[in-house]
Amino acid sequence: MNARQDQVEMTAAEPQIEGSGLGRAVVALVRRDLRVALRRSGDTLQPLGFFVIVTTLFPLALQPEASLLRDIAPAALWVGALLASLLALDLLFREDAQDGTLEQLALCGQPLASLVLAKTAVHWLLTGLPLVLVAPLAALALAVPPAAVPAVLAALVLGSVTLSLIGAVGAGLTMGMRRNGSLLAILVLPLVVPVLIFGARATAFAISGEAVAAPLYLLGAMAVLAVTLAPFAVAAAVRIGLE
Amino acid sequence: MSELVAENLHLWRGEQHVLRGIGFALSRGQCLQIMGANGSGKTTLLRALCGLVPLEEGEVRWRGEIVSRSPHSFHTALGYLGHDNGLKPDLTALENLRFATQLRRRAAAAEVAAALERTGVPECSGLLLRRLSAGQRRRVALARILLTEAPLWVLDEPASNLDPRGQSLVTELLAAHVARGGMAIVATHQPLGLVAPQLVAMALQ
Repeated sequence: MNARQDQVEMTAAEPQIEGSGLGRAVVALVRRDLRVALRRSGDTLQPLGFFVIVTTLFPLALQPEASLLRDIAPAALWVGALLASLLALDLLFREDAQDGTLEQLALCGQPLASLVLAKTAVHWLLTGLPLVLVAPLAALALAVPPAAVPAVLAALVLGSVTLSLIGAVGAGLTMGMRRNGSLLAILVLPLVVPVLIFGARATAFAISGEAVAAPLYLLGAMAVLAVTLAPFAVAAAVRIGLE
Repeated sequence: MSELVAENLHLWRGEQHVLRGIGFALSRGQCLQIMGANGSGKTTLLRALCGLVPLEEGEVRWRGEIVSRSPHSFHTALGYLGHDNGLKPDLTALENLRFATQLRRRAAAAEVAAALERTGVPECSGLLLRRLSAGQRRRVALARILLTEAPLWVLDEPASNLDPRGQSLVTELLAAHVARGGMAIVATHQPLGLVAPQLVAMALQ
């Protein structure tokens, strides 16, 4: 085997990260996670592929009637997004726990809640955001009228942020276990049902042309709550998971 | 004056009483060597000292502060090398070490290169960790400990997977660290080449 193939080009001119303490640590962590994800793009893209497959199989399996597709579109989009986000959670902490880098994060003297928030943000950027970006295609396949697409996307952005953060708590608790998939689902699903309900509702309202503000506000409130409170729960879960 | 004091540590793992009233005090320039049969709780003790496993009884004090209540200053002063190297297989040795250092302080590429030179694996700098042998990875992990510039090292079998030269490298690094006034807690059966008062030995049953 040619060892040179594995020689990754050294970035000698990589800029020094300025700033002190936590800021520098967070920037370094975000960079590292993005770099690792780029080198394992197959794993990273898997949940996205799942979402695309699920949402595009519905039109094939059902009668090709626009009104029928439109009726099931909210359910198909949101169940697909929810299951894809569950699938993606396995990527969040498991490998870091296995190679010992998560221990190092817990022991580096920086607040763990901020570090896991950064990790979850990168995770959303790599699994949640791509899902939002391909959602217009899935929506079109499900005969969602183009005028409704912006509201559907807004709901998906807010919902996927909440899904990532709540899921991160479950991922932290179960990261040490082998074959943790079903346990993770049992832990996380009851907590994310509100996101599913309001997300699907917002989508249904948007499709039927009604006002979507109310469910969107609720989704937004849940996202804000998750961003502010979940990091502490995730940090506590990770500490328990590390034991 | 003891910088690190552990008193009456107790810990159960399920039904098993693993740590039974363990205590020690460590001052600057001292190394604590922990010995004991496999399964005697060496790793558990180290993880409990670091705060990765909560103690059921007893306390650890770092410079007079109780670690479980204010872990920040203790963790800033701690370099921990466990069974796992704490390195990502999908990053190069250089990227791994820069990241590990940036978690704590600003890191210059030259410093990282010097640390890899010191641990004898400068040629691995640009290679992905997954392509290195277990011994080379351990050496990169030792470079990570050097780069922390932490006064307290906690090392769990630091010489595992290392060849005889690597084992003497570990003792050299430890001797230099202790001579600079650093402290170390090492779980190993290998002779460390230090004598009392620099070496404190402890055997777990």
